[in-house]
Amino acid sequence: MTGLGAWHEPSVDHALAREHGLSDDEWHRILEILGRTPTFSELGIFSVMWSEHCSYKSSRVHLKNLPTTGPRQPAGSAGTVLVGPGEGAGAVSIGDGLAVIFKIESHNHPSFLSPTQGAATGVGGILRDIFSMGARPIASLDSIRFGPLDDPKHRHLLEGVVHGIGGYGNAVGVATVGGETSFHECYRGNILVNAFNLGIVEADEIFLGLATGIGNPVLYAGSKTGRDGIHGASLLASAEFDATSDAKRPTVQVGDPFTEKCLIEACLEAMRTGVIVGIQDMGAAGLTCSSFEMASRAETGIEMDLDRVPQRAANLSPYELLLSESQERMLLVTRVGEEQRVIDIFERWDLDAVVVGRVTGDGRMKVRWHGQTVVDIPVDPVAASAPMYDRKQSVPADLATRQKLDLAAILPESDPQAALAALLDSPNLGSKAWIFRQYDSLVQGNTVIGPGGDAALIRVKREDGTPTQKAVAMSVDCNPRWCWLDPHAGTIAAVAESARNVACTGARPLALTNCLNFGNPEKPEIMWELAESIRGLGEAAEALGTPVISGNVSLYNETSGRAIHPTPTIAVVGLLDDVERHAVSHFERAGLAIVLLGETRQELGGSEWLHLRRGLELGVPPSVDLAHELRLQRLLADVVAAGLVRTAHDVSTGGLAVALAECGFSGPAGVRIGAQVELVDGIRTDALLFGESTGRVLVATGSPDAVLERARAADVPAHRIGTTGGTRLVIGAWIDAELATLERIWARAIPRRLEQD
Amino acid sequence: MFAVLQFPGSNDDRDMVFAMKSVLGADARLVWHKDAELPAGTQSVLLPGGFSYGDYLRCGAMARFSPIMAAVTRFAAAGGPVLGTCNGFQVLCEAGLLPGALLRNRDLAFVCAPAYLRVERVAAPFTSRAIPAQVLQIPIKHGEGRYHVTPDELARLEADQQVVLRYCTPTGDVTEAVNPNGSVGNVAGVCNAAGNVMGLMPHPEHAVEALTGSTDGRVILGSLLDFVGAAR
Repeated sequence: MTGLGAWHEPSVDHALAREHGLSDDEWHRILEILGRTPTFSELGIFSVMWSEHCSYKSSRVHLKNLPTTGPRQPAGSAGTVLVGPGEGAGAVSIGDGLAVIFKIESHNHPSFLSPTQGAATGVGGILRDIFSMGARPIASLDSIRFGPLDDPKHRHLLEGVVHGIGGYGNAVGVATVGGETSFHECYRGNILVNAFNLGIVEADEIFLGLATGIGNPVLYAGSKTGRDGIHGASLLASAEFDATSDAKRPTVQVGDPFTEKCLIEACLEAMRTGVIVGIQDMGAAGLTCSSFEMASRAETGIEMDLDRVPQRAANLSPYELLLSESQERMLLVTRVGEEQRVIDIFERWDLDAVVVGRVTGDGRMKVRWHGQTVVDIPVDPVAASAPMYDRKQSVPADLATRQKLDLAAILPESDPQAALAALLDSPNLGSKAWIFRQYDSLVQGNTVIGPGGDAALIRVKREDGTPTQKAVAMSVDCNPRWCWLDPHAGTIAAVAESARNVACTGARPLALTNCLNFGNPEKPEIMWELAESIRGLGEAAEALGTPVISGNVSLYNETSGRAIHPTPTIAVVGLLDDVERHAVSHFERAGLAIVLLGETRQELGGSEWLHLRRGLELGVPPSVDLAHELRLQRLLADVVAAGLVRTAHDVSTGGLAVALAECGFSGPAGVRIGAQVELVDGIRTDALLFGESTGRVLVATGSPDAVLERARAADVPAHRIGTTGGTRLVIGAWIDAELATLERIWARAIPRRLEQD
Repeated sequence: MFAVLQFPGSNDDRDMVFAMKSVLGADARLVWHKDAELPAGTQSVLLPGGFSYGDYLRCGAMARFSPIMAAVTRFAAAGGPVLGTCNGFQVLCEAGLLPGALLRNRDLAFVCAPAYLRVERVAAPFTSRAIPAQVLQIPIKHGEGRYHVTPDELARLEADQQVVLRYCTPTGDVTEAVNPNGSVGNVAGVCNAAGNVMGLMPHPEHAVEALTGSTDGRVILGSLLDFVGAAR
C-alpha cells in the first residue's frame, strides 16, 4: 500500500471551485483571503464551511433579528437563557440550579435517499449536539412529513423513517416521547425529517465548543473515520434534488446507536473529571467544521496531524479525512498534561480517544498529513466571516389567488357526521399509534405524558438519579398549508399552537427552537416566504416571551424545481413546577363539565375540512391574537395548578368536533368517555364544527363555576358547552355517534393505508 | 445489596437502580460488565434491559461472554436470586441459565405498549407479593421478545410451574389476540427449575410510580426485596 505516499492533491482552479458549489464571488474571496490558490483540501474546507447548511448565508441576515434572550428576570430563575443560538444547542434555566438544553435539526435529503439511515443519523446527530454540552439527553420528538400514502414510495419512506428513528432512539436509550406526522402532495419529491432532543444539565456545568488554552491538546474521540457522508452538508443539504440525486446516496452517513450510547456515557463521565475545556460534535462537515468553530469561538488556532486520526478505511486522503461525516465522533480540548484521564475513560468504554493536535495562538488552522502541510488558513475568515447574502425577495405571483376564498360560494356541509368520519380517517388527523408504538417512549422512567398527548410531559431527575418535582413539557408543531397561504401568519400560528400545547399540560412555555424547511432561496419567491416566516417567528416569540434559543435552517427542499410548502417547524419547551399537578388531553371520567376557552369564528381558510370535503386549499389562515394566547396560557397554568382542571386539549386541525372525539377516545386503551355538547352561535355550522380558529382549548372540570370565574378574571372568553359521559359523542342536532365507531375509523387511518402493500 | 449489571449498550440499568433504590429504598448499585467478581455483599443480581453490545449478532449473545457472567453463573448455582428483564432475559437464555430463546416479534416490529400479565406462579423470590392469577399492568418494549421453546418443553415448563407470567386481557384471559409478540403459550416470563433465576420481557422497573403509569412492577421487585430482606 504505497499508493497514498505518492498521492498528490489535484490542482485547484476556478472550474473545480464551481463544482464544489462555490460562486464566482466566493472563489475570488478565497483567493483574497489566502493570497494564493487554495490546496485541494482547503478548497474542500471552504466549500463546506461556506455551504448554506453550515454558514446560513441566505438566512443569517434575517435570523439576527430574532429575540434570543427573553424577558429580563432575576439571575438563575427559570426561563433565563443561558446559551443562545450559535452553540451546538441552546440552554435555558429551569430553576434550582438545573437547565434544559434543546434543539431541533433537519435530516431531510438523506432521509429521502436512504430513509432508515437518514432518519437514524438525524437522531444521532441531534443527540450529540445535546450531550456534547454536558447534558444527559432525556427526550426526543420528531416532525416527519411525507407525500400521500397512496404512493407506494411514500409508504416505504414512512416505514423506513420510523424504523430509523426507532432503531436508533430505542438502542441509544433515549425516550421518543412525541412528534407530529403529516402527509401532503408537496412532500412527494422531498420528505421532511426534523429531529428534536432535550437534555438536562446542572446549569453551572454546561460545556461549550471552545478550543481555549494555548498548548492544550485536541482529542478525537469515538468512531473511526471512514468515507461516508463526504459533502453531505454542501452537496446534499445545500442543493435541490433532481433526476441524478440517487447518485448522491453515498453522501448519506451510517449510524451506530451502540457506539453513540457508549459515547454518551463516556463523555458525561469524562466531563465530570473537570479537565475538559471544550467539546463539540463532529457533525456536518466533520472534523473541519468542529475544529474551525471551536477555534473561532475561542479566537485561537489549531494545528492537527491527520495521520493520528483513527481510520476504518485504508488510503483515506487528507481531503476525505477532513470532510468525512462519519457518525459518533467528538472533538475535545483538555487541560494540558491531563488528557490521559479522559483517554482512560473512553478506553474503558472501548472507544478510541487520541490526541490529534493542539491549540495555538496564531489564529490559523494548520493541518499536516504524511509530513506535508495540506491546510494553512486563517480561522476567522472561514468560520465567522462567511459570506452573507440579502437575497432578492418577491411576493409569489399567485399569492392573491391562493388567498382568495369566497365562503359564500362554498357549499355548506350537508352531512356533518360523514364529515367527522372523513376527518378522523385522514392520515393527518388519524391516530399515530402505528408510528409511536415502535418507539421506546419509557426509557429513563420519566414519561408522565408520552406520545399521543398535546405535549409530552417528562419528569426531571438529577444526574445522580434523584427525582425532582419539576417536569418539562414539549411539543413540535407546524401547519404547512397555512404557511403556504401566508408564511408570516402561518409561522405565528405554529408558535402559538406549540406554546398552547405545552400550556395544556399546565406548564409555562419558556423558550423555543425551530427548524426552517424551505425551497431554493435563490428564487425570490422562496426567499420572500423565508423572510416572512422569520419575521412572524420573531413577533410571536417576542409576544409570548419564548425566546429562540437554537435552530436550524434547511433550504433547497425542492425536486425538479418544485418546492415544498414553507414548513417552519416550531418546538416550544415549558416548565411545570409540580409534576403531580398536570393535565392530560383526554377525558378521565364522566360527569364533568366541558368548558371551551377561546372563541370560534367563521374561519375555514386553509382548513382540513375545506381540503377534504371541498378539495380546496385556499384562503387566509385563521387569525392569531397573541395577547389572547398569552392570557390563555396563564389561565391554563392557573386552573391546572389550582387542581380545577385535569383535562385540557387544544382545538386545532379538524376543529371542535374532532377535538371532542379525541378527548373521548385518546386515553388509555379501551377507555372511552362520550360527551353531550350544545353549541350556540351565529356562524355556519361547518365552521362551528370543523373550523380551525386558534386560541381555543377544551377543558373538563368538576368546578365549572370556578373555572369560568377565573377565565373572566383573566379576560379569556369561556363557555360551558356540555358534559362528559356515556358512550356516544353528541353535538347538538348535528352529530350523534358511538365513540367506539369513531375510534375505529381514527385508529385505522394509517394502518389501513399501509396494508395496501 | 442489589447488583445491577451494566453492559455496554444497557439502557435500563439506571432505571433499575432508580426503582430499587429511590422508589423501593433498597441498596442497589451498578456493576461493570468487565468486573470478574460481584461486589461483596451482593444479595441479588439484576440484568437490565437495553441493547448489550448493540445486539448486532443476536440479542444477548455477546453479553454472556462478559467477565461478570461467570460470577453470575456461580451466584445462581449457589441459589442466589437473579432477575433478567428484556435484554437481561435474553442474556440469561443465551447463558443457559434459563430455558428457551427469544426471537424476533411475530409482526417483525418493535412494540412499546402497556401489557397485562397474569401471574401463574406465586412463590419467593419473585412473586411472593402476588396472589394467584393476579393481573399486573407492566409495559413491554422490545423487537425480539417472542418466547420460544418446543411444545414438549413448554408442557414440561408448565408442569414444573416454571411459567411465571403470561400475556392476558385486562381481566386475566389468556388469548392470542393480546399476545403482543407471538410467544408460545403467551409466555411473558419464566424461571429455572430451582426457581431462583427468572427472566421476563416486560419492564417492572418502568412500573413503580403512579406518576408514570403503573405501580404493578413493585409486585415483582418488591417480592425480591422481601426475599433479600428475609435472607439478611
